[in-house]
Amino acid sequence: MLSRRIIPCLDVRDGQVVKGVRFRDHVVMGEIVELALRYRDEGADELVFYDITASPEGRSVDRGWVEKVARAIDIPFCVAGGIRSVDEARAVLHAGADKISVNSPALERPELIDELAAAFGVQCVVVGIDSLRDADGEWRVRQYTGDPAKTQALARRTMDWMIEAQQRGAGEIVLNCMGSDGVRRGYDLEQLSRARAICRVPLIASGGAGEPEHFRNAFVDADVDGALAASVFHSGAIAIPALKRYLQEQGVAVRS
Amino acid sequence: MAVVLVDAGGTNIGSVRYALQRLGADAALTADAATIRAADKVILPGVGAAGPGMARLRELGLVELLRSLRQPVLGVCLGMQLLCAHSEEGDTVCLGLIPATVRRFAERPGLRVPHMGWNGLSVQREHPLLTGLADGEQAYFVHSYAVPAGEWTLATADYGVPFSAVVARDNFHGMQFHPERSAAVGAKLLKNFLDL
Repeated sequence: MLSRRIIPCLDVRDGQVVKGVRFRDHVVMGEIVELALRYRDEGADELVFYDITASPEGRSVDRGWVEKVARAIDIPFCVAGGIRSVDEARAVLHAGADKISVNSPALERPELIDELAAAFGVQCVVVGIDSLRDADGEWRVRQYTGDPAKTQALARRTMDWMIEAQQRGAGEIVLNCMGSDGVRRGYDLEQLSRARAICRVPLIASGGAGEPEHFRNAFVDADVDGALAASVFHSGAIAIPALKRYLQEQGVAVRS
Repeated sequence: MAVVLVDAGGTNIGSVRYALQRLGADAALTADAATIRAADKVILPGVGAAGPGMARLRELGLVELLRSLRQPVLGVCLGMQLLCAHSEEGDTVCLGLIPATVRRFAERPGLRVPHMGWNGLSVQREHPLLTGLADGEQAYFVHSYAVPAGEWTLATADYGVPFSAVVARDNFHGMQFHPERSAAVGAKLLKNFLDL
């Protein structure tokens, strides 16, 4: 049986792992390779690295640390950050990343998803979606969320974009629910359930994990394939081995 | 011992190479027929689609060479699928070393395609490649097409239906998952291959 995945997310800025609250006010959490190895040892199923300032600064991800991570760890990892062409994606994949995730550049030019899927197969192509509920109750996509000064609200509805991204060749969707991010009150189960109903590829929940129960709820109630979290892991508030034992007791299939 | 990685343009070449380095084997990346023929172990990696994968092997003039190898060969992920007779992906004729047809996973409720993540291995047949592997140990899979279970199957995994996770026929071996990204389990299986 396929296990549900626990995925620590490492936001990378200037070669270090940082964490902000609601995508703002970043503090340094540690060195990239050191944290990657720590999570591998604790039983993380996969890692995601977001070069959070690459897209707002109009540059691609720094490949040096991608290769260092690839040499050091033996679990899969995905890299995101300003990848806007097949050539840039190829360089990151050749450096040793297993998947690449596109977010703002795919919103600028949706054909990028088609091109990446054609070049590398859909299994390499993750589409990250930053989503926030507007006053009218509708979830809409945000762009350039790595930099609060540059973050833009788009007219594009989250669920429409999720359907289009799959049609274009997304092999996995990471839904960052910005309204719940960093405040540890649980994943946005309402939004994730809506997404699940239209998402035929693996769906990863992001934003809001604070308690082991939140992971259980995302897996059981919203049926997501993986749950991504950052601050609860970086701070030590949740240890992955204990989290997995809890999930197993709750009947969730996890890798022990 | 000379281990070579066939440079068929796959994108997981780097990570397979690093995994071998962690086991103390420095694998050369090559598309040179003489180097491949002379190697003790040959690994055919590959992420991507069957059609472009076979087209690349044809362009490099490696199809007949790979078929004629007598040393242990390991296909990883797409590399394993290319060892088969045929793939539904792009209706592609493959190397024909394992008499199987690679088929796309049928989408069913609750079973997303691609099959992505850690899944348990179920040993079907004893083989030196599986030395030390306990039933249920998990490996990391990322694929939309799979090799059905058959006489070539050493271990299966289950995704709605059982499918081939590890195959072997004569000197040709395949792993559908990514041993280079399957933590200690993957390292053990790669080491077993190097020890064949």
